[in-house]
Amino acid sequence: MVETNKNPNTEENQEVTYVKAKQKSKIKQLLAPEIGDEVGSSIISTVFATLILLIIIYPLWFIVISSFSSGKAVAAGEVFFLPVDITLDGYKAVLDHHLIMPSFKNSVIYMVCGTCINLFMTVITAYPLSRKDLIGRSKITLFFAFTMWFSGGMIPTFLLYRDLGMINTIWVMIIPGAVAMGNMVITRTYFSKTIPEELLEAAKIDGASDIGYLLKIALPLAKPILAVITLYYAVGHWNQFFAALLYITDQDKYPLQLVLRDILFQGETAFGGDSGSLSIEDMAILENLQQILKYSVIVVSALPMMIIYPFVQKYFVRGIMSGSVKG
Amino acid sequence: METAIQKNQVPQKPKKAKKTKIKLTPEQKKKQLKKMAGMWQLYALLILPFIYFLVFHYFPMYGAQIAFKDYLTVEGVWGSPWVGLKHFERFINSGKMWELVRNTLSISLYALFMGLPFPVLLALMFRYIPFKRYGKFIQSVTYAPHFISVVVMAGIVVEALNPRGGMIDTILGIFGGDWEINLMGIPEAFSSVYVWSGIWQNMGFGAIIYCAVLASVDTTYHEAAMVDGATMFQRIWHIDIPFLIPQVVLNLILGMGNVLNVGFEKALLLQNTLNASKSEMISTYVYKMGIAASLPDVSYTTAIGLFKSAIAFILVIVVNKIARKYGEMSIW
Repeated sequence: MVETNKNPNTEENQEVTYVKAKQKSKIKQLLAPEIGDEVGSSIISTVFATLILLIIIYPLWFIVISSFSSGKAVAAGEVFFLPVDITLDGYKAVLDHHLIMPSFKNSVIYMVCGTCINLFMTVITAYPLSRKDLIGRSKITLFFAFTMWFSGGMIPTFLLYRDLGMINTIWVMIIPGAVAMGNMVITRTYFSKTIPEELLEAAKIDGASDIGYLLKIALPLAKPILAVITLYYAVGHWNQFFAALLYITDQDKYPLQLVLRDILFQGETAFGGDSGSLSIEDMAILENLQQILKYSVIVVSALPMMIIYPFVQKYFVRGIMSGSVKG
Repeated sequence: METAIQKNQVPQKPKKAKKTKIKLTPEQKKKQLKKMAGMWQLYALLILPFIYFLVFHYFPMYGAQIAFKDYLTVEGVWGSPWVGLKHFERFINSGKMWELVRNTLSISLYALFMGLPFPVLLALMFRYIPFKRYGKFIQSVTYAPHFISVVVMAGIVVEALNPRGGMIDTILGIFGGDWEINLMGIPEAFSSVYVWSGIWQNMGFGAIIYCAVLASVDTTYHEAAMVDGATMFQRIWHIDIPFLIPQVVLNLILGMGNVLNVGFEKALLLQNTLNASKSEMISTYVYKMGIAASLPDVSYTTAIGLFKSAIAFILVIVVNKIARKYGEMSIW
């Protein structure tokens, strides 16, 4: 700084200030990259981002605090920032409900079995198609991919499952959708782009078969993408609602999402059908309880995802990234 | 080694260079068969997926012939009598068709165009937040709602709009107001509820791809612009936006191809008798008439479904042609 002040007008010093400005901007980049010199506009973006954060987080927060509050306070609009009249009645109702806990168990079973089948099927589809030397590769790919763009529709599919006797069995929840094309494509891309072809050649020379190579070399190397698609599939199964709505009518085979729908949208209560014998006051209490039961059951259903979410969110991002590279 | 590879490639090369089919000489065919036999394990792996796709995806397409028949429960799909295009004509001549198509298109186009700018703005915002860790934190929070199930999402929407102690009612109550409108009962409000809840749920997740694009912009552009004294908004406008536009256009094109396949599960859940005139879409109608109804109208609803599939398929093809022309991008 002192040097530049000595002779401000020489050409040499102009050069120096230019370089310094560049260095300065580089330092700024380290501290706060891409901001430049503008305090004002960076404040604007921070304020906006915070606003977005609130918009996203508040509805979620509202559900959590409502689930811990008394139904009366919620109905009166008193629950705003923290729970009012803290109570666990909503969660007690969840535990006592004759459908929620069994369906929670069903959902876990569907999710675990379904995801295993998904993984197996996706790998055995994606790996051969990732091999550039596979004869007829593009035709086989088209055979699979065509189903993405054209389908027989809801009714013929339903008739098929009915004729196969799959209605009201676990199979209808875990077999359809065994290979999701999107996940198949990102897995295939990962196999062909990330694993060097020389490895295959070397393995071949050492006498490995194609399946041996897949099991011993390709799969261990593909762990990151397997993690990604496992998560995608697991979330998909956990959130699966429409298949259950179509194909599951036995209450004891309901997944959680279907019970959720009954509670949230069809006024299914926790308390059996004999509401006729209740007094008006009891009815009011029940109605309030019903309200917080809704919030509690939302929290319970989101719990497994919310617990694993912080650990896995970086994988979700990675999945998107690898999916965006077409191969 | 090299010569061996070259030899192997010879029979295939002309095939790839020219798109027209070249008949292989018997000798080449034999060679190819031998090669295929050498990788029989790969084909063996594909057998199970092949059967799966055949049974669970192609067979329903074959079963869709019921759209051209009068379905009789006793006779089943195969024995029912053929009736030609009767069900398609019935659908086209019924007043229902225009209502369903109009609702489907208006909701999905609304969602497509409204949903486009928000992820872009979000990504730009993340880029220019001065506190990086804070930005990362906000980013991971914003894509959390994407993983909320459709049932819970619809439940959140209905509860938030509940005039009695719902979220909006509570917030307005703080400022002395009162929320008395039952938005779910107003047909005209349905598409907005549908679209804006979708934006809330998916903007963060949609921003990821734009963040990746922004991260790939060469920093020297920004450095040079900063040295020249460009403001943040000037840099966004002249550097970031031009980089983002191809991705935006691609998303738009792909969205156009999917315009008939809107997430109708949410529509089904948010639907009630009050707003049905604006919320009934092709798929929800098919579900109600073909499966949920006490006397399912199998052939008629299959015809409607097939009608939708066919148009959607044409759309995807056309859109992909456009995408190919536009800067070598394609979904296949």
